[in-house]
Amino acid sequence: MGWRLTKFNLVSLIFGFTFLYLPITLLVVYSFNESRLVTVWAGFSTVWYRELWHNRGLIDAAWVTLRLALISASVATVLGTMAAIALSRYTRFRGRTLMTGMIYAPLVMPEVITGLSLLLFFVAINLDRGFLTVTLAHISTSMCFVAVVVQSRLRSLDRSLEDAAMDLGATPTATLFHVTLPLIWPAVIAGWMLAFTLSLDDLVIASFTTGPGSTTLPMKIYSQVRLGVTPEINAVCTILIAIVSVGVVAATLINRRRMVRQARDERLAAEG
Amino acid sequence: MARSGGATGAGARGPQAEERAGSGGLFRRIVIGVPFLWLVLLFLVPFLIVFKISLSQVAVAMPPYIPTFGDPSTWWSALQQFSLDNYAWIAGDQLYLDAYILSLVIAATSTLLTLLIAYPLAYGMAKAPSAWRTTLLMLVILPFWTSFLIRVYAWIAILKPEGLFNQLLLFLGLIDQPLVILNTPVAIFIGIVYSYLPFMTLPIYASLERMDHSLIEAAADLGSPPLKAFWKITFPLSLPGVVAGCFLVFIPAAGEFVIPDLLGGSRTLMIGKTVWLEFFTNRDWPVASAVAVVLVAILVVPIAILQRQQEREG
Repeated sequence: MGWRLTKFNLVSLIFGFTFLYLPITLLVVYSFNESRLVTVWAGFSTVWYRELWHNRGLIDAAWVTLRLALISASVATVLGTMAAIALSRYTRFRGRTLMTGMIYAPLVMPEVITGLSLLLFFVAINLDRGFLTVTLAHISTSMCFVAVVVQSRLRSLDRSLEDAAMDLGATPTATLFHVTLPLIWPAVIAGWMLAFTLSLDDLVIASFTTGPGSTTLPMKIYSQVRLGVTPEINAVCTILIAIVSVGVVAATLINRRRMVRQARDERLAAEG
Repeated sequence: MARSGGATGAGARGPQAEERAGSGGLFRRIVIGVPFLWLVLLFLVPFLIVFKISLSQVAVAMPPYIPTFGDPSTWWSALQQFSLDNYAWIAGDQLYLDAYILSLVIAATSTLLTLLIAYPLAYGMAKAPSAWRTTLLMLVILPFWTSFLIRVYAWIAILKPEGLFNQLLLFLGLIDQPLVILNTPVAIFIGIVYSYLPFMTLPIYASLERMDHSLIEAAADLGSPPLKAFWKITFPLSLPGVVAGCFLVFIPAAGEFVIPDLLGGSRTLMIGKTVWLEFFTNRDWPVASAVAVVLVAILVVPIAILQRQQEREG
């Protein structure tokens, strides 16, 4: 579309974005509040951030979560990308419908059900709950998100480049590695980031599938939130928001520069 | 599988190109097989286990249920031990029925509320100058990347009786008694609308953005008032996005746990929380499994519709 904005459009944009950002902004602002009472402003202070350094339990949980997110996102990206290639490039194989279902269903499946089913599975195969089980659980859910992100990029990709490579004698495998993968790389990175934040974020599935000694940060936050709002939690949340925001904004900017460059290359190629 | 011939000339797409892409031999088998097996093992099989356990008896042991099959020789006798007791138990207890109905009602209401906020937002975004659009899109996606738990948590400080929203209303003199919002269904609606807004906004925006603008101009040229043109042209064309958005909100909202738990208080018992309580507090795994199976049975239709639509979109 793209057109003149009416007053109504402007109001709905302002309202929508205020609604989206006001709660997070307030949370961040109140993390710098000096008072322990989270709803009364008593002046700027970083006391709660300093306090965090002494909270052993929170720091341990943060490490567990970070390791979990790094490992599960990386494996999920590999598996998810493979699934995306399988679904959009190898269109004819037995069980394709089943695979499509197994990719899409977990995306909307209520987390309690995914968590419950994975836990019962781990119990059934006699695998002790701990870091390994929660990692496996996160890989299984994240890989579906990665697959969808990569698949949408594969769909919009101009197939003629791959055709050309194969016409010039490249094997399908070589084509995949030298033509397709470099072209879908931004989507693979985006998929990894999505998997990483999903893992960083997850409370429900982790609560079901983890064991003693592998408490994740969201579980820690959750157990404290249930006791009430505290400025320390605001501070932890602010740090997490900052990390994620910087990551997403950076990725968007890099992606945009890449697209500009690619468009230029394509134009040059067309002129050349 | 051997690689079929080299050059097939121009326009070699379609089935022929597919055939060639399909002939990767071992590599192809790995690319399809590994994720396939992974999903079967860690999505399908666990779900079948839930189904199986929902048919078994509760036991005071670890694991707290009587396994219904071990080695194949006992399968037949195990099969005879299957019982629908857990389902009968759920059906007989008003608590579960209420929780299911409440979950569906809350999910449906919040889906509608999300649509009411997301549609104008997506519409405004689609009409914005193209230079803004990437930024607006990023602004919608960004909260989606930040923690779900944090976003729900942020609302507690706002909605509490002594929270910021009540402080504002008291300051403005609109109320003289703090409103009780936290621990009521209203707080759940706010939480769901807030958390799932991007899921609704993005598909609607995508279908609006793709729309051919000349259609609206043609309607205007032919004397149609803008509002009529919107209802007759824009809205029907954006319907695929609306439908996808509604399902993307409704399905997870129906099984939501975190939002009702943190914002809804203990009196609003939704089904996601029921599964959680049966499992962690009552340690009744068979009943928890049966509750989960019934929830999936309810959601399987919307999931199938969503999936079919996603496939058609691609």
